[in-house]
Amino acid sequence: MADGTARVKGGFSFELCKRNEMLKKAGMKFPQPKKTGTTIAGIVFKDGVILGADTRATEGTVIADKNCAKIHYISKNIYCCGAGTAADTEYTTETISSDIELHRLSTGRKPRVATACRLLKQYLYRYQGHIGAYLVLGGVDTTGPHLFTVHAHGSTDKLPYVTMGSGSLAAMAVFESHYTPNMGVEEGKKLVRDAIAGGIFNDLGSGSNVDLCVITADGVDYIRPYDVANVKGERVGDYTYKRGTTAVLDTTVRHFEIVSERVQSTESMET
Amino acid sequence: MANPFEYNGSAVVGMIGSGCVAIAADRRLGIQGQTIATTFDKIYPMNESLYIGFYGLATDALTVSSRLKYQLNLYQLRENRQIKPKAFMHMTSNLLYSKRFGYYFVEPVIAGLDPVTKDPYIATMDLIGCPMETKDFVVVGTCSEQLYGMCESLWKPDLEPEDLFETISQALMNAVDRDALSGWGAIVHVIEKDKVTTRTLKARMD
Repeated sequence: MADGTARVKGGFSFELCKRNEMLKKAGMKFPQPKKTGTTIAGIVFKDGVILGADTRATEGTVIADKNCAKIHYISKNIYCCGAGTAADTEYTTETISSDIELHRLSTGRKPRVATACRLLKQYLYRYQGHIGAYLVLGGVDTTGPHLFTVHAHGSTDKLPYVTMGSGSLAAMAVFESHYTPNMGVEEGKKLVRDAIAGGIFNDLGSGSNVDLCVITADGVDYIRPYDVANVKGERVGDYTYKRGTTAVLDTTVRHFEIVSERVQSTESMET
Repeated sequence: MANPFEYNGSAVVGMIGSGCVAIAADRRLGIQGQTIATTFDKIYPMNESLYIGFYGLATDALTVSSRLKYQLNLYQLRENRQIKPKAFMHMTSNLLYSKRFGYYFVEPVIAGLDPVTKDPYIATMDLIGCPMETKDFVVVGTCSEQLYGMCESLWKPDLEPEDLFETISQALMNAVDRDALSGWGAIVHVIEKDKVTTRTLKARMD
């Protein structure tokens, strides 16, 4: 039965495609999924990699989220920045993260960045670009630091400094003029901040704060926010409505019967 | 023909207060310009302190809400406990993303209190289930731009339940009054740890 449980099987359901195609033929204008006009970037520095991202999510020209997290977890030593269709970046990284974890458990080895990259490109190539995820993948494994970009059609690049998203040109301009091999941590963090800030201030699709993720052989330092590039001003007036302003037609109150209250702390499941 | 999101018309808001959350929606059901009903519910209770409201095509909102309720009932029977709002958000998100290439025309707003910690929670997502959790307010609707403007200027942190009610009601009503497709009455649920207060509002009926 094609019910909504979807517990037994994974994968996409195409049951509404025929209906939606019919609606399209009838002249319905179709809405677009939320895209993240984005600036994401990464560099390889002396001890590892630094990933950076802005925190704006847009729906058309409206800012839908002023502080969203675009640096996604893949494994303890690998993270991935996402640009493009917001839901696709979220779910693609989540799927690969779970595949990597299963691979780690079955092999008993620390995950490699190249493995994550290969899984991502094979997954995205299979969908021929219809899954709109544009990613910057970075991490440190037994073979050293690695930094990749993965395009929605499945092509990948391995480079010492990369940018992606609508603000990629602004960010790349900063890298092209200031990147040097074997940078120190602080120098590297500042360079990635400047690259993201380039996107925040010069690309309308990017904005708000700078998030950074520093990955070294010793561990991960996820800094959110690293820099609040745009501080919200203090509201001067008070627009609070007085109680009783709103005219109410009828009110119903449902009280809960609290039979007994017991607070039980449980160990959260490892996800 | 119109966009499916503008076929029936709707506006839904969720807001966080101090130890409470509120979710509000307009009550119009239309077929483009023609009003069919003015008592149409767009917010569905999932359990005693968890609500979900939908913006978009009404037929899909009904389908998605009943599929979620079915899945939720199975979850609560299996686990023998109430679901956490965040887990329910993922349930909704997974359902919408499973239809990534042939989607439901709905954007949900989820509001509730954690069954154990009683922490307030609100979230929304786009039509293919990209989640967005915030600590202030979430809005969806044919008048989302008006709602953003209202909420951005009226909302402030730590509102008491009564003040949260005034804030969300005024934000919603003043926004829908600048939208032809939504309005015609409103309903507001204020969820606290020991009770839920549901109020229907006197609004412009034009």
